Amino acid sequence: MPRIRAFAPVAAFLLALLLAAPALAQVEVEGPGAGEGGTVAPGLELPAPEAEPPAADVQLYMPEEDQLIGRLTIPNRSLATLVQPEGRTWRAFRMETLFWIAGIVILGTLAALAAFYFWRGTIRIDRGRSDRWVPRFNGLERFAHWTTALSFIALALTGLIVTFGRFLLIPLMGHDAFTATSEVSKNLHNFSSVPFVLGLVLMLALWIRDNLPTRADLVWLKHGGGMFSRNASFHPESGRFNAGQKGIFWAVVLGGIAMTVTGIMLMTPFYVTGVSGMQIAHVVHAILAALMIAMILGHIYIGTIGMEGAFDAMGKGEVDENWAIEHHRGWYEAQRDAGRQPAPGTRPAGAD
Amino acid sequence: MARMKFLCDSERCIECNACVTACKNEHEVPWGINRRRVVTLNDGQPGERSISMACMHCDDAPCAAVCPVDCFYQTADGVVLHSKDLCIGCGYCFYACPFGAPQYPRTTNFGGRGKMDKCTFCAGGPEEDLTPIEYQKYGTNRLAEGKLPLCAEMCSTRALMAGDGEVLAELYTDRAARRGYGSGAWGWSTAYVADQPGTYAPGGRPIGES
Repeated sequence: MPRIRAFAPVAAFLLALLLAAPALAQVEVEGPGAGEGGTVAPGLELPAPEAEPPAADVQLYMPEEDQLIGRLTIPNRSLATLVQPEGRTWRAFRMETLFWIAGIVILGTLAALAAFYFWRGTIRIDRGRSDRWVPRFNGLERFAHWTTALSFIALALTGLIVTFGRFLLIPLMGHDAFTATSEVSKNLHNFSSVPFVLGLVLMLALWIRDNLPTRADLVWLKHGGGMFSRNASFHPESGRFNAGQKGIFWAVVLGGIAMTVTGIMLMTPFYVTGVSGMQIAHVVHAILAALMIAMILGHIYIGTIGMEGAFDAMGKGEVDENWAIEHHRGWYEAQRDAGRQPAPGTRPAGAD
Repeated sequence: MARMKFLCDSERCIECNACVTACKNEHEVPWGINRRRVVTLNDGQPGERSISMACMHCDDAPCAAVCPVDCFYQTADGVVLHSKDLCIGCGYCFYACPFGAPQYPRTTNFGGRGKMDKCTFCAGGPEEDLTPIEYQKYGTNRLAEGKLPLCAEMCSTRALMAGDGEVLAELYTDRAARRGYGSGAWGWSTAYVADQPGTYAPGGRPIGES
């Protein structure tokens, strides 16, 4: 009995609701537009009631093929990109494409140089050393060359460490030591860019006149610079710089400028471009780096063990007279006519 | 074990930025860094919607793949974390991340990048749980305290949800079915390998594809 009594107020409430229901219905009928046969103002129609779709039809994974950029209320504009699926493309480049490009280009060049060395050996001065020296590069020129060269080597090595060290060096030295190495590498890479650019500008100013293409370059190129004939006595005519050296000059200058521009874009994020621009800058920077490293390997080879007497030009600043006659006859004759050749009457035997 | 995910229901997000503020305050993140942000698409136009976005803690995390020093790891809950002791601030993870999650304080030379900071799913980092050093480097470790990320806990409309991905998917599909419309789980097709056949759209990655 006490149970039923407890329900009494609830029952009374329900009864009151039942009684009130017709009154509520009446209020609804008196709504706007109800008098004119139920027409509703345009735009206010309620959608026809539909059956609830089953939850299984709700799409959870929506396509995200394009970059989505919106608006932000916080000041960091770079965060307005909601999704950038291009990151996957960049990942594929960094983890696969670049390995192939850099591997083939750099290791391939090393293998080609080794093969060339075995085939041709060191290219000798045909008539031997005369022990008479012709000035070739003055102090400023050598300063420009070695500033660029040393910073390039630093840039190349540190770049290779950061790019490939995870796969080659972490297994050898462990995570902590490699982080220390790559931290130093990153800073060295950033700072070496300054002397690199200085040397680049200096070289451009000093040597651009001697590196303009001439007709003789065609002859040089046609004969491959005489490098590929084992008949060592053949040397195509050339001026101060032969076509190969001019090629190196322009590749270093133009490649260096491209490396500098893309490098600055990567070093100063968001000053120049957003994330897409930085991805492109990295791709250009990485591919050009691989190509320039390969080219400079060839340059180092021919300037050291590849050719007798070549290193003196950048080492001492002077070259052997016989080397100058054999490799840069046009330049040598111009030097002699200008009175910059060794004192007359000291010609050693066999120089003719 | 639960697979922790975020899900932002853009039909519910009112762009109040409480998640952004809560995150900044909870973790005392460095100046200029926003681990989470709210992006409004089609602002002022039909179809306008706001989405709260942070690190999505991807299945096959691109940041971890491209990192030169291998500083990322994934916890048993699927949370992608990184070690600031190993990070060198190179920016690679930012290029690869589809969601723009990695951020760098401008502390180094040339205005370049300091050590990367990103959403930790309120799970700290490789330091010992709930230590001052962990807090200083990575922010609070709410997961270790048995709590979920503060951004989602703070969300007034329950637009942003954090937790076990399966539970979130169920909640969301239920909601969307009840409402009759929805725009999907933002970022899921990019971040996760669809775990059920038929639950991915053309942009999504089917099972077995990484």
